[in-house]
Order: sequence, then structure tokens, then C-alpha cells
Amino acid sequence: MAPNAAARADTFPKLLVRNAQVFGTRPAMRHKDLGIWQTWTWAEGLDVVRAYAVGLHRLGLRRGETIAIVGANRPRLYWSVMASQMLGAIPVPVYADAVADELAYVLAHADVRFAAVEDQEQVDKIQSVLERVPKLELMLYDEKRGLRDYDHSRLHSMDDVIDEGRKALASDPSVGVWLDGEIAATKGSDPSIILYTSGTTGASKGVLLTGERSIKAASDTVAFDKLTEHDVSLAYLPLAWVGDHYLNYAQGLVSGFCTACPENSDTAMADLREIGPSFYFAPPRTLELLLTRVMIRMEDAGLLKRKMFHYFIGVARKYGERILNGEHVSLGGRLLYWLGDLLVYGPLKNVLGLSRVRVAYTAGEAIGPDLFAFYRSIGLNLKQLYGQTEAFLYLTAQPDGEIYSDTVGRTFPNVDIRIAENGEVLFKSPGMFAGYFKDEAKTAEVMTPDGYVKTGDAGYFDEKTGHLKIIDRAKDVGRLNDGTLFPPKYIENKLKFYPNIREVVAYGDKCDFVAVMLNIDLTAVSSWAERNNVVYGSYQELAGHPLVYDMLEKHVAEVNRSLAADKMTAGAQIKRFLILHKELDPDDGEITRTLKVRRGFIEERYAPLIKALYDGSKEADISTQVTFEDGRKGIISARVTIRDMKTEPVTPTMGKAA
Amino acid sequence: MRAPGGPDVAVGDVLLAVENVSLSFGGVKAVSDVSFDIRKGEIRAIIGPNGAGKTSMLNVINGFYHPQQGRITFKGEARARMRPHEAASGGIARTFQNVALFRGMTALDNIMAGRTLRMHSNFFWQLLRYGPAMREEVEHRRRVEEIIDFLKIQEIRRVPVGRLPYGLQKRVELGRALAMEPELLLLDEPMAGMNLEEKEDMSRFVLDANDHYGTTIALIEHDMGVVMDLSDRVVVLDHGIKIADGTPAEVKGNQAVIDAYLGVAH
Repeated sequence: MAPNAAARADTFPKLLVRNAQVFGTRPAMRHKDLGIWQTWTWAEGLDVVRAYAVGLHRLGLRRGETIAIVGANRPRLYWSVMASQMLGAIPVPVYADAVADELAYVLAHADVRFAAVEDQEQVDKIQSVLERVPKLELMLYDEKRGLRDYDHSRLHSMDDVIDEGRKALASDPSVGVWLDGEIAATKGSDPSIILYTSGTTGASKGVLLTGERSIKAASDTVAFDKLTEHDVSLAYLPLAWVGDHYLNYAQGLVSGFCTACPENSDTAMADLREIGPSFYFAPPRTLELLLTRVMIRMEDAGLLKRKMFHYFIGVARKYGERILNGEHVSLGGRLLYWLGDLLVYGPLKNVLGLSRVRVAYTAGEAIGPDLFAFYRSIGLNLKQLYGQTEAFLYLTAQPDGEIYSDTVGRTFPNVDIRIAENGEVLFKSPGMFAGYFKDEAKTAEVMTPDGYVKTGDAGYFDEKTGHLKIIDRAKDVGRLNDGTLFPPKYIENKLKFYPNIREVVAYGDKCDFVAVMLNIDLTAVSSWAERNNVVYGSYQELAGHPLVYDMLEKHVAEVNRSLAADKMTAGAQIKRFLILHKELDPDDGEITRTLKVRRGFIEERYAPLIKALYDGSKEADISTQVTFEDGRKGIISARVTIRDMKTEPVTPTMGKAA
Repeated sequence: MRAPGGPDVAVGDVLLAVENVSLSFGGVKAVSDVSFDIRKGEIRAIIGPNGAGKTSMLNVINGFYHPQQGRITFKGEARARMRPHEAASGGIARTFQNVALFRGMTALDNIMAGRTLRMHSNFFWQLLRYGPAMREEVEHRRRVEEIIDFLKIQEIRRVPVGRLPYGLQKRVELGRALAMEPELLLLDEPMAGMNLEEKEDMSRFVLDANDHYGTTIALIEHDMGVVMDLSDRVVVLDHGIKIADGTPAEVKGNQAVIDAYLGVAH
């Protein structure tokens, strides 16, 4: 294929062929296996995928059919995506930790005949719901363990399928020619993948993306962040999430960078450090978790180290961001920062695996200003972007040097954004989806007559910076009974910045005052309990401990003070709060797989608690059903205490920078 | 994967036979006149109420205790007395009721320690960590990494086991025993003190070890559900006497067993 033909590659299989020619000896994929990093170059990757595609075709996978991909970020699962796309089939990644019920829904809705899964756990899960997925014929698995004695009439090892294909390619040259024809026959306008949204609002929908649009979108961002074949990223985000498919898969194929797969999900932190990626994406929650861990470890450090850490973090707060933004900083400041970098920031970034990061993004939820500032102040070029699955990710992003904690950046090149009259953000973008799979009604619902897509988010363009600001989900912004504006996310995020608080659900819309339900962060609070000799037997007991309540009451009081500082939010101070007896869990449907709170569902589930928050009772009883990881159910009951808070008088402060 | 010493035993044949074994400490009879066998490739459970003599039985099998009467035949060789190190080099590995690991060492090093008996290069080379010793270490490390992968403990590879939660320590201990590539693996209450999820994980590892490595397993366990699900055959002890022996279903229906567990009026 001539280079100019390669430039026109409008499907991922064609891009893969191009990469094998242009970046042949560059690493395409790494995976830590048996403790050693294994590497596949683009040329080797293409070989495997070709063999795999032939094998899949022999098993009966045809153009236009769907194939489910279930599992963690592993090379063979990425290859399953590539190989099926090579045949013109449509991969449908599913969240690996989805319970059997969710899995059955997606598999059945997507009409899959094939499923490529990671291991025995997933095979078992699918087999347990087989009668609900009547069209499923064949399963392929990556990890052999435990599957030896299974009935293999409808079950194949990926290795065997690849071997089979490899033999066919070696023994019969016409097979290779045929496959070249298949690759050439893939069309940019055909569906490339179906990504099921995590379903913040009800059942998940299958977002259909085409190859040409996906590649266009990814080309824009690759150019924006100047990604090249010398970059490396660690694929640790769920395979089924648009973020992984975009940031690692699509950008990797477009730019030719290397995607490294962690050994398993629990080793991602250590693997991050070993790989030292240059492109990094983390949702605010992960950044929060990292910071919490650092802070906890610092609490346990010796006095000298602790003092040094806190002193230089102070220095970083003062100068770090300004240095990163290229603003003027005094020589003394620069010297202190340099020393801090030597003693604290450098080693800290090294421990976190962020030393080599050139471009880092966060998105998915609003990030606390302090959290955001922390990472930027230690010299990590962390930026925000805004996007969604329907847009194939990017709508806005912050250019280098234009970073604000409360904006999501400028409209991306080739993207068109409009704000509707009700404040909802509408868009047209290069990567725009082709529709929801088998759901024209829903597709029509989110489209405006003139072809814009409704995001469901409320926002506005900041006059000073020209950046987009997202306030909340359009339907979530509410008002108290006295007409005060009630932005729940805003309040929740302020509380969530405290390491002791893991999750918050705020109520106030059409109520007399604001009340919140809190989830403690077990890591942080249990460490605190250990240091303070607080004895507890379970999560529930710790969450209900009076001393824990005292500690969190202080946090709530501080948030009230900061709410009082702004005239707009002063009326939305928290009057009452409680600490939930159990952690909000995606298995119970309380938060999505991408860890977003499902407000409406929680409202129903914890109705007695919410009632108690507003009727003045001092405590309330609650019992909730919980789902264990294997799908079994149990009941947790508790008596939850409610605390009253004093509210602050309105005290507007002047000229405080965000 | 054959342990050195002794002839091979085919799957399904008797690997170890306990014949009329009695053991007492002073006046206390821990085990009296117990006979049963363990067949190659099976999972054999030893159950019984507290103080039934289960752990004593296990200690007799791996040579830690010497029975006053009776004999033990392992791979066709009868022995009245066997020392633990002989048992180990003969292919018998075990885990303990209260985890017995090197607490200051990492999980990796602990499992590597299980390979000690299989290291052959001489002291001199090992000291230099060069030549044959290096090659050997690489090979052993590969085996250990397979076990780490098998038990899904990659994330704790470099963590000193003293810092690990109990459930993971149990898993490391199982790893160390598996690293010996034993023909017979003795597990003393592998699920004790675990929650439901940890038990399920551990059960899967026991089943997989049996399936994947073909290891014959004898285990002591209190959780009846676990025993019934895991084992091929069960022997029941009560006050040092064997009261039942058979498949889980047979044992479950046995009146003597029900009496021993629920208690009867004497």
C-alpha cells in the first residue's frame, strides 16, 4: 500500500496495516505476563490479528455480525476487537465486572453470536444466563485455567483459533489474498464498534460508531496533543468504556503509540510506575484515590519527612501552577520550587508512575479545585476535557497554558457546540455517533431537528476565558422551596475533596433546605481509626461511630463556610447530614460502573433515610438488599444517626482566586 | 512433575495408606486404630468436631508425629517412622492451621523458598549467583511466577507477608506448598477465618490445583459446605476414632456423623 493510500485509511484494520508498514518495528502492545513485560511490534501485532481473523472466519464470524468482548485490558482482547473489525464484524465490549444480569441484557440486545472473553469467570457468568442470550453460539477464551473439563463443542481457546488461522495462512497463499480483500472491503461508513453507555439514566444504550468518524476524531486529538509513535500509555480503564476505546485503541492506531496492558487490575499502580507512560488519563476519582493514599502514607512518615513534604507542597501551591503555565515567578520562588522538585515532587511523581507524563487528562466528573491544583502544582500537565460516548469523546479540551479548574476547555477543532435556551449543551462533532443500536426512538430523542446532539449537561461559555463550564446534569440542577439555586454536584464535590469522604449524595430540590448523605472512605477512615484507637468490627460500625460523625461534622461545617462565602450558594448550606451504613456499590445499582451516582435510584432505595432527614428525626432505620460479587443477594439493616448543622451567615469574601 | 524417590503411582491407585494408626500423648489418646487411604488424584477431606484428632492425623502423615502403633504406606513404601524433611523430599507438602510463613520475607521469596528442595546447583555457584546457579534460579523463578499467576497474587509479589491480610497469607502459603510440586498436598483448615468470598476463591484454587497440577490433596476443614463441594471422599474422625468413610453424600447421611456433630444424649 502506498503511503498516500495509507493516509486515506478510513477503518481501523486499514490503519493497522499501515502501522505495520510505517512503524513495523515499533512496539504496539505490551503486557506483563509471569512478571515480565512482553512486547509485540506493530508488524507482529498485524500477524497475530490476521491469523486470528482467519480463525474467526473459519468459525463462522461474518461481515455485519456482532461479537461481544468481555474482560480486562489484555492484548488478546484488543486483538479480538481488531480481528473482528478486519472481517467487517462489529465488536461489542462489555464491562468485565458487570453482573450476569447486565451482561445478559447487553449480549441479548446486541444480538451477539460470538463472545470473546477473558477467563473462566466470564465463561461461567455467560453460561449462567445462556437461556436469555439465545443467539449466542460460540465463546472464545483467553485464559485456559479451569476450563479444561468444560464442554468444548461451543468453546474455543483464542490461542487455538489463532494457531488454526496461522496454519491456514501458511499452507494456502490464497487465504492471505482473500484476507487482503476483506481488509480492503471494510468501509469507513460501516459500524466499527458498539459501545454500551454505563447508563447513568436507566438501561444502557448501544452507541454505534463508524470507522471513518472515529478515525477523524482521533486524528484531531492526536494532532492537538502531538502524540507520536514514541508515546506510551497504560490501558487500565475498562475496555468497554469510550475512554479506553478512544484514548488507547483509536489514538494508538492513529498515532502508532504503544499500549501497555497491566498484569491485572490490582497491579495497575505498580505497572504504571514500571511503564512510565507519556500519555495518561485518569478520572477524578482515581486521582483522588492516589492523593488519599499519598496523604495517608505521609501521616505515617517520620516527623522530618512529614514537615518537608508539607512545606514543599505549600511552595508548590504558591508557585507550581504559575511555573507550569509559564507565568512570571520570582527567582526565589523558582529556586524553592526547584529544591522542592528535587526533594519532594520528583520522587512523588516517580512513585506514582507519572515522571514521564507529557499529557495528562481528567474527565468524567467535575474535579475538586484543590485536587486539580495539587497535581498541577507538582508539575503534572493535567488538563480537563469534556466529551461523551455519543461524540466519540472530545468536545472541548484545555490547551496547554490555558488551564482553569472550573472549566472544561475550549471547543475542540472541528467540533460545533451550541447552548440551548434551557442551558443544555448541544454539539456536532467529527466522531459523532451513527445512532443508538436498534433504538431509533432514543436516537431521535437526543437529536435536534437540525442535527445537533443533546448532551444532557447544563453549561455555559465563560466570558473571560471562552472556555465551556459544565454546572451539572441539566435535569439535576434544582431549586430549594425558597427559590435558592441548588446545584447538587457542586456541593457534593466540595465535600468529596475531604479524603475521609468517598461519596456524597445531596438533596434539596423542591425541599426547604439542603441535606446530604455521606459515604466514608474506608481506607482513610480506618487508618485514622487505627491511629486514634477507635475500635470497630465492620464498615457499618465504623460508619456509625460517634467520633467519625464528629470528624465529618467538621468537614461539613467547613463546606458550609465556603458555601456562605458566595452569595449564589449561601442559601444552599447543608442543614442536616447522615453517614450511610454501607458503601454505594455498582453491584447494587447505586452507582454506575464508571462510578457515577444514580440519584433517582438511591432516592427510592433510601427513602426512609431521606424522609428522616427532612422530618427532624434524630435517627432512622433502614434495611437494604445487597448483591455479592457472585450475584447472590443479602440484606443489611442498620439504624442511622442524623446530625443537625449550624449554618453560617452570608460572608462574601472579595477577590479570592479560584 | 514427579517427586524424586519412590515409584510412580497411577491415578486412582492408592497413594498413601494409613493402617491401624494409634497415637497418644501420655494418657491422652489422640488417634486410635485409624485406617484409611488416599488415592492418587483425589481430594480427600478429613473432618470431625473439635479435638477429633484431625491435625494429629495430618502430623502423623507428614512425619511430624510418630504413631505408637500402625504404619503408613506412601507410594508403596511402608514406614513406621518418617521425618518431616523425608516427607517433604518424598513429595508431601503442607500448609498450617495458623499460617507459618517467613513474615519478613516477600510473598515471592516465600514461594521461592518452596523450591529449595528442587535446587541442585552447588553452594559455590549459588554463592556467586552465576552460571548454572543463575540458570537454575531463572527456571525456578519461572515456575514460581506461574504459581503467582495461578493464585492471582501478582499485586503482592514484593510485599512482605507480615503486612498482608490473613486471607492472602493463606494464599501465599498455598503457593509455597504448590511450589514444591508435591504429589500429596496436606491442607490444614485452608479456609479457617475467611469470609464467604475468600472461601469461594480458596475453594476454586484448591480445585484448580487438583485439576491443573494433578496434585492429590488431603484437607481438614470445618465448613461442611466447602467439604461437600470440594472433596471426592471424606473420612470422619471423632475422639480419635474413625466413624465414617465415603463420598460426601454417604457421609452426610451417616447417623454416627450426625450424632458426632449435633451431639446425642449419652
